[in-house]
Formats: sequence, structure tokens, C-alpha cells
Amino acid sequence: MDSISLIGMGSVITAGLTIGIGAIGPALGEGRAVAQGLASIAQQPDESNTITRTLFVGLAMIESTAIYAFVVSMILLFANPFWDYVVAQAGG
Amino acid sequence: MDFMQLKDISPDQVVLWQWGLISLNATIVCTWVVIALLGIGSWLITRRLSTAGHPSRWQSLLEVSVNAMRQQIREIAQDAPGSYLYFAGTLFVFILTSNLLSVVPGYIAPTASLSTTAALAICVFAAVPFYGILSRGFRGYLKQYIQPTVFMLPFNVIGELSRTLALAVRLFGNIMSGMKIAAILLALAPLFFPIVMHALGLLTGAIQAYIFSVLAMVYIASAGRAREQKESGQDKDQIK
Repeated sequence: MDSISLIGMGSVITAGLTIGIGAIGPALGEGRAVAQGLASIAQQPDESNTITRTLFVGLAMIESTAIYAFVVSMILLFANPFWDYVVAQAGG
Repeated sequence: MDFMQLKDISPDQVVLWQWGLISLNATIVCTWVVIALLGIGSWLITRRLSTAGHPSRWQSLLEVSVNAMRQQIREIAQDAPGSYLYFAGTLFVFILTSNLLSVVPGYIAPTASLSTTAALAICVFAAVPFYGILSRGFRGYLKQYIQPTVFMLPFNVIGELSRTLALAVRLFGNIMSGMKIAAILLALAPLFFPIVMHALGLLTGAIQAYIFSVLAMVYIASAGRAREQKESGQDKDQIK
């Protein structure tokens, strides 16, 4: 198998695996965070503004791990330097 | 018109004009559009401010927004909003406008480019020591890096750099992913589903603008003095 096929195959498979596995952890973490946030609001309803704001900030921090995985996946698909190099070699 | 191809990952790759070494890409042009909109809009609204009688609707809108921001900053910094408002408020308004304008056809959000988000994150990175030194003095601010022990110095520095990087990549990833998903869905199943994804993109854009400015405010406040004084003051009262 020549290098073009290898690189293409590796990139696509890895891109799929990256976002598939990378989205599991943050989803579980966010579920736990929201559950805890709801329990806190139920316990102290008059603090719900602070709790909601802190919850959103925490969710954004957790979400960023999933975003890193997504960015890596996108780079593998759309801005892949190895693919560009190999295609340039084959074309030129 | 800016048209990003499906294979482009950021508006930096859409080059509109080129004179020799200087190239004008979609990021720069769309940033100018946001700057023009914000600048001309605020100038028009604040031309005739009235304190008594009937303020115009736009003035009330601005007053409500500024008051809400001051309230948020006061809660986060445990201190008077003061000059924090200029920095965090500008971050929020700029990122919010550039994200919400993405419904306009032909416009690409400049925050979908890592250049813009990295620039904003570097502004926050520079603002933290600026406000910290203003609040604590030079030695007081530097002493924070060796709290609680001097062995924590590399970890504190690395932590500082990594949260700047996280700020940039978080904003870039959220906005770019919204655009990419909408673009891919447009290629697959046009007409209805992309509208739903576009609405979701607006929501995440607004939330990310809020998160960016709140995180910037939290970093600045944690480098300042007011929170520490508040907390130690409360502890002393409780011990009594």
C-alpha cells in the first residue's frame, strides 16, 4: 500500500475515533456537574444565580476537552499537513 | 462576498485582495465590519444622552446592558467594577457581536479563526499581571507565583500559559465547529436542518462570549487583592 493510501486511511479512521471517544468523557462529566448543580439549586433556591453562573463556567471548562478532540478531528480531515505533503509529492 | 469552501478550516484562508506582501483575508474584513458596527452604533446612540425625561430606547438598552455587566463584575471581583468593566465589557460585546452576526449571509465570524481568538487570549494574558500589579504592587503580584511554596513556581507559570491557550482554543473550537457543522449539513440536507444548527450556533456563540469574559474576569480577580481580603475578613468574623 503506498503512502497516499496509508496516510488517507489513517487520517480518516483516526478522525472518527478521536471525536467518538473524545466526546464520551466530557458528556459524562457534564451530566454529573448538572446533576450536582440541580441538587444544589434545590437545596438553596435563593442562591440559584450564583450556582447557575458557576455551573455554566464549569460546563464550559469541561466542554473544552471535547472541543479539543473536535479540533484535532477537524485538523485531520481538513488541514492535514501530512496529506497535503503527500498530495503535493504525488502531483508534482 | 466571503465564501468559505468546505475544505477551508478558518476564514484566514479566504483571501480577498493581495498587494504584494499584504493580503486581506476574510478574518480582517469581518473584524472591520464588527468594529465599524460597534463604533458607529455606540456613537449614534450616545450622541444625545438624556438623564431626565425620556431616554431613547437605544439608550435604555445600553444602560441595561452596562448595568448588568457591572453587576456581574461586582459579584465576581468582590470589588467595585471600575476599570474592570472596560476590559471585560469590551471582550463580551466584541465576541458577542462577532458571533451573533454570523446569521448575516456572506459574513464569517472572525472568532472562527485561531488568529482572533489567540489575540484575545493574549490580551487576557497581558491584562492579568496588569491588573494584578495595579492591585497588589509588583512584589506582591510576583509573590503569588511562589504560593504556597517555591516549588510550585513552574506549575503556576505553566498553569497560567495553559489557561490562556485553553481560552483561545475553546472559543475557536466552539465557533468553528458550529460553522463547519452548518456547512456540512448544508451540503447534505439543505433547507430545514441547517437552520436548527444555525440557531444552536447562535446560542453557543452567546454562551461562549459570556464564558470568555467571565473567565477573563475570574483570572483577573484571582490575581487581585479584593477577593482575598474579603475571604480573610469573613473568616476573622466567624472565628470571633
